[in-house]
Amino acid sequence: MSALTLNRKTLRALLPLASLALVLAATFYAQPRTMSYFGLNLMLQYAVPIALATIAQMFIITVNDLDLSIGPFVGLVGCIGATYLHDTPALGILALLLCIGAYAAMAALIHLRNLPSIVVTLGASFIWLGIAVMILPSPGGKAPDWLKAIMALQVPLIPFPIIAALLIALLVHIGLMTSSYGVIMRGTGGNPRAMARAGWSELRTKMAMYALAGFFGVLSGLSLIGLTTSADAHIADRYTLYAIAGVILGGGEFVGGRVSPFGAVIGALTLTLAGSFLIFMRISPDWQIGAQGAILIIVLALRALISAGEARR
Amino acid sequence: MSEPAVALTAIEKSFGAVRALAGVDLVLKPGECLGLVGHNGAGKSTLMHVLAGTLKADQGRLVIGTQDVSRQYSASNASAFGIRCVFQELSLCPNLTLAENVRIVHRALKGIGWKAKARRLIGEKLDEIFPGHGIDVDQEAGDLNIGQRQMAEIARAFTVTDEPLRVVILDEPTSSLDAVTARQLLTFMRQEVARGTSTILISHLLGDVLDYCDRIAVMKDGKVVAEKDARDFTRHSLVAAMGATTGKAGPGTAARRQISSALAIEATPLTATQTGKLSVRKGEIVGLAGLAGHGQTRMLIQIFDGARRHSAAFIAGDRQADGVFNLWSIGENVTVSALRHLRQGPLIRPEQEQGMARDWKQRIGIRTPDMNNNILTLSGGNQQKALFARALGSKADIVLMDDPMRGVDIGTKLEVYEMIRAEAEAGRSFVWYTTEIDELKHCDRAYIFRNGAIVAELQGHELSEDKVLHASFAESA
Repeated sequence: MSALTLNRKTLRALLPLASLALVLAATFYAQPRTMSYFGLNLMLQYAVPIALATIAQMFIITVNDLDLSIGPFVGLVGCIGATYLHDTPALGILALLLCIGAYAAMAALIHLRNLPSIVVTLGASFIWLGIAVMILPSPGGKAPDWLKAIMALQVPLIPFPIIAALLIALLVHIGLMTSSYGVIMRGTGGNPRAMARAGWSELRTKMAMYALAGFFGVLSGLSLIGLTTSADAHIADRYTLYAIAGVILGGGEFVGGRVSPFGAVIGALTLTLAGSFLIFMRISPDWQIGAQGAILIIVLALRALISAGEARR
Repeated sequence: MSEPAVALTAIEKSFGAVRALAGVDLVLKPGECLGLVGHNGAGKSTLMHVLAGTLKADQGRLVIGTQDVSRQYSASNASAFGIRCVFQELSLCPNLTLAENVRIVHRALKGIGWKAKARRLIGEKLDEIFPGHGIDVDQEAGDLNIGQRQMAEIARAFTVTDEPLRVVILDEPTSSLDAVTARQLLTFMRQEVARGTSTILISHLLGDVLDYCDRIAVMKDGKVVAEKDARDFTRHSLVAAMGATTGKAGPGTAARRQISSALAIEATPLTATQTGKLSVRKGEIVGLAGLAGHGQTRMLIQIFDGARRHSAAFIAGDRQADGVFNLWSIGENVTVSALRHLRQGPLIRPEQEQGMARDWKQRIGIRTPDMNNNILTLSGGNQQKALFARALGSKADIVLMDDPMRGVDIGTKLEVYEMIRAEAEAGRSFVWYTTEIDELKHCDRAYIFRNGAIVAELQGHELSEDKVLHASFAESA
């Protein structure tokens, strides 16, 4: 019996990796020329900002909340990066720190007023967008050179986006999954009452998690404009959906504090690749969101099947 | 006498109008095991929450060792003062491994190698208390069965890092343990007490309390009503101390009826293998009694699921969780069960809906100027009346009540008892789970539940507090 459970568990853990392999194989089949250092580099370069946004979303999901504002937030960071950070770095850094502080404040509001996170973050998304439009009314601005240099890094043998994504996953894994403080964070998602009884403040945990989400949102925005070299308030609107989908694709669950940083990054890679694959298949961009939704449904259905087998046991 | 490990003086705690603790004095000596018994709602769990720091007392003093901590005490420094609690509803995080769950209660477990330390702590303690437990400390708590979870939580409470271990509170610790592991725990508890740790054992297994405790305190209505050495109690005197009502005969007790009409319900609880059968006749009021959470609610749900559509109505006791629609008006909350009869074609006729709401405001006396106000503008008791109106306003023949009088004031209760009686006379059947023994006086018959099984059936004339308590507490152990 225990061998069987182990099997199911491994199966579930392997599902994100299997989906990635499948999409990768399909892409190579559709366009064999992508099977090269250069091809992978090109296809996956946008995986880095998406992976960072996904990690940000994962922190929020860990404490049983959902962030509907991460896309516009990344857009706002992009706008700040391409204007203040380029022109007056000190002011730019201050503005970005304020952004992270705003996320922590959002957590306090949600917790103290007992509001649903989706309502608060949906409202906040319009605030981020509004500020971004005020900073940069039309697409433009200039990304700082050091950002462009980092994102254009060439590493021998393995393309930079893959190394960056794995590094991000590893760091977050150490922090959230193996450190003693990560336990407190995940425990708050698993059983908030038990944590309160052990004397841990839920407010502080949530503020910390939101601040971390804000921090990774900032990294996402900066890496994005490092690639695009200029910014636009709407540059990352789709990231909200990508980020949620990435966490879930990677084996995370909406409630209960069960998340996986490696899974989330793999989920983000899968979604990025799926975008390229659909382009190779000549599917019109209008249908892309729908097609990505279909991929998500298939993977989730597979997961539900595995879980159902587990429950029948 | 040496100085006490913990002393509680005149502790009071109220939840709204309900006085859960009405001035409790309790002293616990070092190296002593105190048994705490009492019927449901006597205030045992509330008192333990106060001692564990998860609830703050409204009044009173709490002294730990020689230090008066009344002001600064909270859940976050309880363990620093050496007080641990195994709560009745378990408090492990299901998404964390056992080792990780140990980290949650020990602030000292951090830095490199914390996990190995945590693993060793819980592993050794489990081996010590429950030899042969077969639990893997790297398993997620959610993957363990309820008994293993309880063992893990008990072991966790006894682990020691840099904080002292002064008092361990065990609230119904054996409720999910089998006989062997329960014995292991109680034996370990005595060893631990011999080493100077104090324990408080709350249990409904009176045999365990009598055999394993040094002293027993009996709680009733938020007070300690008796406190003696365990050897001065017998099973009988203990039950008597728990139940001795001081001339509080239930008001408005109606004469009990012998009913021999047609059967309305016949059911056998699915929660146990060896159990009695439940049958309810038309127009009968049948009580479900016994200690809280022994299968009564599941019995009600089982009947509800088995009933034909629209032939049973359910009155929830947990209003917030499964009773009221928070965003709706009082009227809408009342009429929702009868909407099928208030329509014209596919649409609801508002004037009929309003009419029904007004009608019920009159009949059941909901205290509000306007039934169109939001349901949350009502007091708890009046919200409960609205739920009664919802059930009685439907065409259902069977009304299932899940301890519906929680937190309802006595005036409202009397009005509702009256209505139930009248409706029963008109031919409706009621199945009434109640945790208040007084309420059984309004039932024609009652079934006593224990561990998911029906263990006794009491006819109207037998429904005394003594009989119910005796049947509720296990004979064994």
